[in-house]
Amino acid sequence: MARARGASLAAARRQPPALRLLVGIGVALWAVVATFPLAWTALMSFRVPVDALSSRPLDVLLGPASRAAGAGLSAIDMLAGVAAMVALALLPGWLGARAASRLAPAGLVRIGWILAVLTYALLAGAVLLVALPAAAAALDRLLAPVWLLGHLAEPIVGITLEHYRAVWIEHAFYRNFENSILITLGTVAVSLTVGTLAGYGLARAGGKLSFWLLIAALVFRALPHSVLVTGYVPFFLASRDLLAPFWSAPGLGAFLHMFSAGPPTLYGQPLAVVVVLVSINQPFTIWMMRSFFDNIPRELDEAAQVDGCSHFGAFWRVIMPVMWPGVVTTGLFAFLLAYNDYLVTSLLLDAQSQTMVPAITQFLNRDTRASDQIEAIAAAVSITAPLFLLVMAFQRQIVSGLTQGAVKG
Amino acid sequence: MFVAPSMVLMLLFIALPLGSVFVQSFHATQPVYEVVQEQACTPGFLATNCVTETRSRPRRDAAGVPVTTTAFIGLDAYRALLQPEAVARAFNVGGDGVAGLLSIDFYAALRFTLTFTLVTLPLVIGLGLLLALAIDSLAARYRGPLIFVSLLPFIITPVIGALSIRWLFVGDGVLTGVIRAITGSRLSMFAQGWTIELLMLTYRVWHATPFAFVVFYAGLQTVERDTLEAAIVDGASRLQRLRCVVIPHLVPLITFVALIHLMDSYRVFEEIIGFSSQAYRISLQYLTYSLLNPDQTGNRAITRASASSMLTMIGIVVLLVPVVVRTWRAQRGGR
Repeated sequence: MARARGASLAAARRQPPALRLLVGIGVALWAVVATFPLAWTALMSFRVPVDALSSRPLDVLLGPASRAAGAGLSAIDMLAGVAAMVALALLPGWLGARAASRLAPAGLVRIGWILAVLTYALLAGAVLLVALPAAAAALDRLLAPVWLLGHLAEPIVGITLEHYRAVWIEHAFYRNFENSILITLGTVAVSLTVGTLAGYGLARAGGKLSFWLLIAALVFRALPHSVLVTGYVPFFLASRDLLAPFWSAPGLGAFLHMFSAGPPTLYGQPLAVVVVLVSINQPFTIWMMRSFFDNIPRELDEAAQVDGCSHFGAFWRVIMPVMWPGVVTTGLFAFLLAYNDYLVTSLLLDAQSQTMVPAITQFLNRDTRASDQIEAIAAAVSITAPLFLLVMAFQRQIVSGLTQGAVKG
Repeated sequence: MFVAPSMVLMLLFIALPLGSVFVQSFHATQPVYEVVQEQACTPGFLATNCVTETRSRPRRDAAGVPVTTTAFIGLDAYRALLQPEAVARAFNVGGDGVAGLLSIDFYAALRFTLTFTLVTLPLVIGLGLLLALAIDSLAARYRGPLIFVSLLPFIITPVIGALSIRWLFVGDGVLTGVIRAITGSRLSMFAQGWTIELLMLTYRVWHATPFAFVVFYAGLQTVERDTLEAAIVDGASRLQRLRCVVIPHLVPLITFVALIHLMDSYRVFEEIIGFSSQAYRISLQYLTYSLLNPDQTGNRAITRASASSMLTMIGIVVLLVPVVVRTWRAQRGGR
């Protein structure tokens, strides 16, 4: 009886063939739409301008002019590349745990993991940048004279790295990269420190104050960033004069003189922008942290306090260890905000301290040679690559972060 | 105690700037001009020619820095943005009505921002819902990769996402040929406003749908199986189950996504940079941004930027109040 009911339920849930076909087509279409612009952009960045800007899609795909101009990839090269990628993707699963325990100094497993990840990053870099091209070239040379197999060693897809070289070396994009890293990591670190404390406080305090603070956080979340930046710009430009009283005040002035001889001009200072981005992100951080802390039972910190921990000790030793997923997720969103920002950084930083995203407009605006466009494309792909790795590594955390506010709120 | 650092940050860096923007919007800072009598002499034959003329020049202090004053100017900055006389002229006899209104920067920005927000909202929610239902019905092994692929448009830097779509259409891009084949004309996507606007809307839907999808997908995982099975036993069809069980379960999430999307798409800005659309379409945030950037003489129109910021803020409040009030009532009614 029960089984018969289960079977009829399953039958009712199964989709009719027409609907399944429709779902399949729709989902496949979405997968193409979601990836195509990015994939095509990446493809263009590896072609010489004649190919990349050609009106025939096949030219962009195969790059005949790029092949004629220099290096190309043969079928063997591509096979080797795919094999290396698959091996690198599977490696952590095979050896990750063993490597981590081997590398851990005296039982500190967490440090062992960090070392393992660093080793893996180095290994992957060495394989993809040095070993793979060398091995593939050697294979091509070896097989070229062989009858029939020789055709596999002939280059079929043209590829060029000249635009990447131009962007990173000639136009010194690495400086923008350094600024981006400084601002992004600074924002993540400060946001998490302040946000974790506040989220914990709010989740445990309850009451009127925390309710109103959360409402305020929601209102601030809605503020367009340009409104806040309008408040900062005059202050940042004139901060040397505006902050002067603090430096000449008795007591406080002596303290501040230990850091710098006079008040700083905040305009063009990456660290000042970090504070701005942290504040802009703060409402969101608090909101998310609070909902993560809400999931941790109150009894846990009470138990810790009964065992003799101080309030802060309970937070640090007992709550934080179970909070890592929440911290990672919130950190990811702080990372995205800082890394992707255009408005704040372009208005508050000068040309020397500019981050990557606003710097890309300098390539777009140059646009005198055909290769300027492709250089902008190569810069865009360079900016996107870390984000791509981020999604690969933290897909689960991103999804949980997106749903956290919604399902609880 | 734990909340203190965060509260200080928010007060100092959110509330304080807001207050200062409010004050700035009523004050203008200008260099002080002084009128001086200058005697300019040129050597001439027999006698030097001397001319005395009065000139006004910026007054400088001992260090040579121009002295500035800040004066209360009332609503002048708002008037400069809203241009009530021009509006009145546009709607008077002989004026050109709405077209005249939209030739004023502020109204053009407002029109675009509102269209953008209200057109993308239903599209994002509808597509997100369809996608969540479709992917939820697939076998588990397809879902992981599909979620990965779906996250890409969401996670990408907005300026770059917009650029990547622009590069498909600009010049001889791949999709230019497709459009040519469909419309049969050599339509350039970047030569007129409406096509750029269409691309911007497309980009935003592409960018924001994954967020709606992920939230709805998570919501679908918590639909009560018992209710669903009861509906099947009662002979409810697929569509009836969707309408009477699944959608009501998702309503709070739909409100949430709508709220977040309203906030985010009202902030439309990166599209303007990515598609370089400022000659045709600007948004409210872009208006403030362009006023804050130094013009050819190196001056930043801080006062007008402040006024435009305040107007932007009023706009988002007006837009959000209905949604918030409705949620509030629904929650109260539920309790």
